[in-house]
Amino acid sequence: MRLIPSKRSRDYLGGILMIAVGLAAAIGGWSYRMGTLSRMGPGFFPTSLGVILALAGLAIAITARFTRYEGEIEQLAPEWRGWICICASIVAFVVLGKYGGLLPATFAIVFISALGDRENNVLTAALLAIACAIVALVVFRWALQLQFPLFQWG
Amino acid sequence: MHQALVDLYYGFGVALQPHNLMWSFFGVLVGNLIGVLPGMGALSAISILLPLTYTMHAVPAFLMLAGIFYGSMYGGAIGAILLNLPSHPPHAVTCLDGYPMTRQGKGGTALGITMIASFFAASFGIMVMIFASPLLVKAALKFGPTEIFSIMLLGLLAGGTMARGSPIKGVAMTVVGLLIGVVGTDVNSGTIRFAFGFPELSDRVELVALALGLFGAADFLRSVNRLEFIGTETHVRLRDMRPSMAELKQSFFPMLRGTLVGTLFGAMPGTGPTITTFIAYALERRVSKTPQRFGHGALEGVASPEAASHSKTQVDFIPTMSLGIPGDAVMALLLGALMIQGIAPGPQLITDHADLFWGLIASFWIGNILLVILNVPLIGVWLKVLRVPYRMMFPCAMFFIAVGVYSTNNSLFEVNEVLVFGIVGAILMALDFPLAPILLGYVLGPLVEENFRRALLLSRGNLGVFFQRPISLAFMVLCILLVVLQMFFAVRAARRKRRPMRSEPAPAVGATVPATND
Repeated sequence: MRLIPSKRSRDYLGGILMIAVGLAAAIGGWSYRMGTLSRMGPGFFPTSLGVILALAGLAIAITARFTRYEGEIEQLAPEWRGWICICASIVAFVVLGKYGGLLPATFAIVFISALGDRENNVLTAALLAIACAIVALVVFRWALQLQFPLFQWG
Repeated sequence: MHQALVDLYYGFGVALQPHNLMWSFFGVLVGNLIGVLPGMGALSAISILLPLTYTMHAVPAFLMLAGIFYGSMYGGAIGAILLNLPSHPPHAVTCLDGYPMTRQGKGGTALGITMIASFFAASFGIMVMIFASPLLVKAALKFGPTEIFSIMLLGLLAGGTMARGSPIKGVAMTVVGLLIGVVGTDVNSGTIRFAFGFPELSDRVELVALALGLFGAADFLRSVNRLEFIGTETHVRLRDMRPSMAELKQSFFPMLRGTLVGTLFGAMPGTGPTITTFIAYALERRVSKTPQRFGHGALEGVASPEAASHSKTQVDFIPTMSLGIPGDAVMALLLGALMIQGIAPGPQLITDHADLFWGLIASFWIGNILLVILNVPLIGVWLKVLRVPYRMMFPCAMFFIAVGVYSTNNSLFEVNEVLVFGIVGAILMALDFPLAPILLGYVLGPLVEENFRRALLLSRGNLGVFFQRPISLAFMVLCILLVVLQMFFAVRAARRKRRPMRSEPAPAVGATVPATND
């Protein structure tokens, strides 16, 4: 499966993305007070930035049309397992940090992100997670006095 | 001149205080350790340890951060030479000749030369810093908001266009960074902008979360299961590291040329470190009588870029500290750290915070000496660290990132920011956007807006003021020149594409460059 088929389409996509973000920022900035050039309101700077970004995006897309590309893009298979595990591990840290405490959160972020690598199995991931939990306990809680309860409910 | 030496003496007094010396040593050690780890560069090293400095006094905090910086740079060179793994993009060029040297069994010599080149270049850079800073300050005291805006614009433009890749994409990323910098409470009107209903965002996006998202999490998302681990069976002993007289002679002039290239680029705000090392390498190839040796273990190809990157690092501190214009993303991060400490960078910094400025300069020297002393006995330890597989390294790094970001405000909200910026960064990288300008824009954003507003307030809304005041005009002319030159080169390159031309070697063949950001 190819997520991004060619160099040209990659630049088209990038340009369109920048136009979208730029327009969104300009419209968002417009909703704050604009003011005048000599007395600028809070909306002036973000609106101008949004317009500049949209123009840059347009320029990226247009130059992509006229660029002669050499060679093909390096095709990398999408790495869903790694991506999902890394993202999920951060979510798990936040959720367990709130409803569990430092130790469960530490275990979760290391365990889940380690599972994202195909060469790790449940055992190595768990061992790594336990090692990091010990570091969290000794270094961050005891030595650095981090304000993060080890265990908590709710 | 005399005054500078007196100040320097005072600086050594500050830096040699046991407390400060200890933090400097700690910074160099940790920086070196993290720099050696595959896939971790100066940016992640500094961001992870940045929260630790929030509670520290400014002087030891900054001495430590600077120590981490050059420690990790040196650590990166070890990975590049022994494993062909550039953990920090500027070292990509060191791989070209450093790794072939390792395969010929001369890895120790390459490391030794790197160490000598770094020390030599850093010393030169420090000298430039000592004597140029007071001059720059004299000029900078004449700066009003108009001039500051113009020079910042120049810095941002240079940072965006001279990074690797397409200049327009770099500019787009700078603007994205400026927009991220807008998030939060507007100081003039108290309006909360782009907070999307999150009260936490009224206090700006967290610097550490942004840096670790873009340069930590995004990098892991990109490299997971893709970074091939190249094991090393290299044994480097202490006596291997001592280069022979002939090798020293061979690398002296490359070292000198590299240092000068680095100094020149360091003085220019916004030029990234990667481009500096690549230019140093290209220059070395051009002046060499035997350019065919390059890429097959030429000692000059290691000495020159390493010298360039170290002298650039030192000289880079001049615009960062005295003008508030960081040269690259790492400098932007250090600038952010300075501002968190409540110290405004600018021409007053050297006089108002003399202990910090001169202490820092003195600590550069002390730190570089520490680095040499540390690396001689610890090279065996670094070799072991190099063997830590990526599959073990990145989950632990995720944990350090999460805890580090949590500790900035003792709040989990910032950890979510890491996730968001990680995903954004990975998408932008996949679309071939450089990420470093984002950090530059983010840090400079509020300063740019503030000075733009003030300049126009003073000129009663007349945009022409930027072209009427002489210093500002000079910067504006440079800005225009920069854009015109970039366009000229782009058009020329497009025309030349018809005939295949390949004068530059492809960076680090066979190695996955973990971070594509400058």
